[in-house]
Amino acid sequence: MSPTVAGLVQVSALLLVLVAVYVPFGNYLAHVYTSDKHWRVERALYRLVRVDPGTEQRWTVYAAGVLGFSFLSIVLLYLLQRLQPLLPFDFGRAAVEPSVAFNTAISFVTNTNWQSYVPETTLGHSVQMAGLTVQNFVSAAVGMAVAVALVRGFARSGTDRLGNFWVDLVRGTVRVLLPISFAAAILLVGLGAVMSLRAGVDVTGVDGRQSTLALAPAASQEVIKMLGTNGGGIFNANSGHPFENPNGASNLLEYLLVLVIPVSLTRAFGVMVGNPRQGHVLAAVMGVIWGSLLSVAWWAETHPNGTATLAAGAALEGKEVRLGIPSSVLFGMATTGTSTGGVDSMHDSYTGLGGGVLLLNMLLGEVTPGGVGTGLYNILVLAVIAVFLAGLMVGRTPEYLGKKLGRVQITAAAIAILAMPAVVLLGAGAALAQPGELDAALNNDGPHGLSEVLYAYASTANNNGSAFAGLTVTSDFFQSTLGLAMLFGRFVPILAVLALAGSLAAQKRVEPGVGSLPTHGPMFGVLVGGTVVLVAALTFFPALALGPIAEALK
Amino acid sequence: MSTTPTLDRSIIERQELHAQRTGRAVVAGAFSPRQLWQALPGAVRKLGPRAQLRNPVMFVVWVGSVLVTGLSVADPSLFAWLIAAWLWFTVLFANLAETVAEGRGKAQADTLRRTRTETVARRLRADGSEEAVPGTALRIGDRVVVEAGEVVPGDGDIVEGIATVDESAITGESAPVIRESGGDRSAVTGGATVLSDRIVVQVTTKPGESFVDRMIALVEGAQRQKTPNEIALTILLSTLTIIFLLTVVALQPMAGYSGAQQSLVVLTALLVCLIPTTIGALLSAIGIAGMDRLVQRNVLATSGRAVEAAGDVDTLLLDKTGTITFGNRQATELLPAEGVSLAELAAAARLSSLADPTPEGRSIIELCARAHELPAEATAGEAAAQFVPFTAQTRMSGLDLNGCRIRKGAASAVAGWVDEADGGLPRGLQDKVDRISREGGTPLVVAEKNGAEQNGDGGRVLGLIRLSDVVKPGMATRFAELRAMGIRTVMITGDNPLTAKAIAAEAGVDDHLAEATPEDKMALIRREQSGGRLVAMTGDGTNDAPALAQADVGVAMNTGTAAAKEAGNMVDLDSDPTKLIDIVEIGKQLLITRGALTTFSVANDLAKYFAILPAMFMVLHPSLGALNIMRLATPQSAILSAVIFNALIIVALIPLALRGVRYRPTTAARLLRRNLLVYGLGGVLTPFAGIFLIDLLVRLIPGI
Repeated sequence: MSPTVAGLVQVSALLLVLVAVYVPFGNYLAHVYTSDKHWRVERALYRLVRVDPGTEQRWTVYAAGVLGFSFLSIVLLYLLQRLQPLLPFDFGRAAVEPSVAFNTAISFVTNTNWQSYVPETTLGHSVQMAGLTVQNFVSAAVGMAVAVALVRGFARSGTDRLGNFWVDLVRGTVRVLLPISFAAAILLVGLGAVMSLRAGVDVTGVDGRQSTLALAPAASQEVIKMLGTNGGGIFNANSGHPFENPNGASNLLEYLLVLVIPVSLTRAFGVMVGNPRQGHVLAAVMGVIWGSLLSVAWWAETHPNGTATLAAGAALEGKEVRLGIPSSVLFGMATTGTSTGGVDSMHDSYTGLGGGVLLLNMLLGEVTPGGVGTGLYNILVLAVIAVFLAGLMVGRTPEYLGKKLGRVQITAAAIAILAMPAVVLLGAGAALAQPGELDAALNNDGPHGLSEVLYAYASTANNNGSAFAGLTVTSDFFQSTLGLAMLFGRFVPILAVLALAGSLAAQKRVEPGVGSLPTHGPMFGVLVGGTVVLVAALTFFPALALGPIAEALK
Repeated sequence: MSTTPTLDRSIIERQELHAQRTGRAVVAGAFSPRQLWQALPGAVRKLGPRAQLRNPVMFVVWVGSVLVTGLSVADPSLFAWLIAAWLWFTVLFANLAETVAEGRGKAQADTLRRTRTETVARRLRADGSEEAVPGTALRIGDRVVVEAGEVVPGDGDIVEGIATVDESAITGESAPVIRESGGDRSAVTGGATVLSDRIVVQVTTKPGESFVDRMIALVEGAQRQKTPNEIALTILLSTLTIIFLLTVVALQPMAGYSGAQQSLVVLTALLVCLIPTTIGALLSAIGIAGMDRLVQRNVLATSGRAVEAAGDVDTLLLDKTGTITFGNRQATELLPAEGVSLAELAAAARLSSLADPTPEGRSIIELCARAHELPAEATAGEAAAQFVPFTAQTRMSGLDLNGCRIRKGAASAVAGWVDEADGGLPRGLQDKVDRISREGGTPLVVAEKNGAEQNGDGGRVLGLIRLSDVVKPGMATRFAELRAMGIRTVMITGDNPLTAKAIAAEAGVDDHLAEATPEDKMALIRREQSGGRLVAMTGDGTNDAPALAQADVGVAMNTGTAAAKEAGNMVDLDSDPTKLIDIVEIGKQLLITRGALTTFSVANDLAKYFAILPAMFMVLHPSLGALNIMRLATPQSAILSAVIFNALIIVALIPLALRGVRYRPTTAARLLRRNLLVYGLGGVLTPFAGIFLIDLLVRLIPGI
């Protein structure tokens, strides 16, 4: 089978599975967040943390829950890393350095999973399992909770209650993430992924040299790393490592896990607002943009223009030969389009155009289809902007799903879309204005070096976490600015989104008639898709022109 | 609503006149380039920073203009000077748009102000004696006497007397109207002239706060506050401005890193081209012009918010009488009695009404002329007939011609006349009479007697004329259009449910409220609003006031009471209830214009990038020349052309901002498709052509 055919088969398989699970899984997600029954294990948890699952919260209380929980998580994760020598399975590894521990704590709590350390040599299994893996679950559940709160804002009418954050957090973890992770981890082990509590295994290489191959409970963490759109590898090579991602089948399973929740959440949204077509159109927008970018990246990687790559016939540098180009591109598209940030190939080695597409995937604001929860609330915010712009053109105060978009809603939506570009542009601008820092950090100069810096800030601000590589980010400047980028990129939009949700829930819901802008047809899809692309294009065109575009046109 | 027939007739004629004057589509006054010249001095005066601060987008342009001017002085070059000049032009053109719009409002205000001529009021003292005071000295509650030939000194209600009043100074309507104390026609407006009789008016507003005063302030823009939607849009435009500011700020270190540090002049030019200057410049003009379009239709709104709300209206409450139907009943059908031909009945019906001056009588003649081709005027022979006028005693009218006596009238009266002994109608006919009554119509019986009166012959009943409410032509289509726009129409009537249902079905309204009391009306509004829907209504009576206040858009008739006018948020000087539909269309047009120009403005940016980015970085990366798809001559000509286009497009769009985007009632989906195509796609393509053409000229400038 030629690589192209193999790639097409994978795309078909991906589509087939997504289409098959979309309706039942989306409906299940909607049920999870609307059911008024509590599981026994959930009740026990609520009793343990003294939460009354029956009370609902205002948006301010909900937001305080999100912030408080995240802050506490950062502190705990920081302490775990600092106290590593006291924990079992530390394999004699030292306490993690403060700057790295700080950056890593923020990174995993914000669902970014940007890694400025080498896992095999820095972290033992305790920190991995009790710290990072736990955050892989709960940070994803937080993202879904915020998205669900926003959906409730649209679905509810004349109330100041958005639901209970603790209930949403627990249900997302217990009813969605844990069961799928459990099943998929067993599947992944079956496909050959490693699951071991040993530090490593000593081997003799073909050249006769002794070396130690690090081992880890990889399969279980790999699954939630993908399913929760986290992306932080248990090995430094991330999903390029055969112990995390042994073959083509596991590769397919992994990017399938990445896409399944973000895509199905659109269905849950449609069901919860009482009109599934409202969700379908958003899924279609995500799919069309993602599909178009995939084609460009695929074409770019198979039609390289560098001297060396031309001689090789394809851009295989930085890609695993056992996976090949289409699988690598599919994986890269899935993880950059979802704020996962896991990699099975080095994005730095992609062609100018191919790497630019991966970068653009993030600069679109992580909406194709975006991270778990974050993708849905980000595209809903962009839809609010689109409705406001175009809604006026039908001669009414713009309204989306029966809710009027006025001063409060637009302010909240504006803050939510402003955060990411502000962080990316200011961060990258500040970094590029310091030749001293760059000399030490950058492997490349020219447009490619600019892409590397831009990618780093795009990745952290969007809570993606993938690295373009080629940029050494261990200096205090990068550790701190990238850490701040993750914090602002995560929590400013979350606060704005919850404020938006609160203001929407308080409004009475008017059933839309023929006089209001239809928000479920192809027309609306074009509108939202156009807004997504236009906002990103207008904001980042100059930066992209000096980076990937200049590189691609060379 | 009880009205005299003559008054009603004049309302109908006015409505027809209004329809002819305005046509169907929403239109506005003509715009001539001369207005731009006239507005120039005002626009120049607004170049100061204080005037610009109100508009965040244009303030950024203003700061950019100051900055580039400073840079041009410090480091003079033709390019920098030209950029500075065109940035100032951008600010100036934005001022121009606002000034032109305000100027048109001022012209309206001057017309209104002419009615505010200083008058001497004859104030009544407590003891009943009169004193002469200036009109400006009147306070609320003062009672003034106004007699024939005098001008009403201030807004008020008539508390004594009846008079014909000429309100042409305020409404432009030349036909005098009758105003009387008590009831719903007691309001008089300051500036109107009393033509006959003597009235005592109780003043209801303070001097300087009269209705016309408030309107003057409003149309002049003195009291103009940003409407909710305008504020939300400004927030979005400010956000876009901040994003582009960040883009340009971050571009400099990126350019520096790449080895192509940019001059501040070029960066400022890029920033001004990117931020949404087109809509930023025209936003306030659009709002003022929307208000102005209402005033041109003789509707005065008390706030811009009301105009905006009009576009959002979901439910229209329309009074049946005068709005949906003509104010009086008309002949719609002839029903012959057994053994009588239709032609015979028609001839008799026509004869019986020849001398009937009432609208009902005329409508019978018209029906006979239309359906039976009978002459509409009396022939010479018929003119010799002896006419029998209607009296309260006989309750019949008709004529005697050549010994033949023809009468028409109420069923019981005619029956009695035909056969005084029997006093009944043939059974078949009586059933029809009952049916017409049940259906809300008025049956008139036509009968004739041959021979002399003293013969005592029983006459012959010829048949029935059905008088019924006639729905104004075109109403059904109008309501269908409203339905397409997503607006529900509810007919309000005092008629019984059966009649109401029949008329509602004929007119094509979505719903109706029969035997409506003011309380019912209020409950209906509350019910609609509790579902989140916005309600618009018209009203004129004092008992309409609570409902007018409750409705989101309450249009009071100028003929109405002061209480009604105070409660509503708009007043129609023509007192034409159908205008509510126009008001909704004007509100929609205002919002559409705003959205269309915003979309256009943002879509423009794409072409500007293609002009400016290659110009900035082509030296650094020659490959970026591929982005110069317009083949602009030099980097400098490209940047200058983009800046010039950005400034000129504002002037080019001023007429559109003032006139409003073309609006035809249709579904939201169709509207969106059309406007996205015209202003979205058009917004992407137009600047490519515009910048290319400007560059053809700019490249001729030596040194560019």
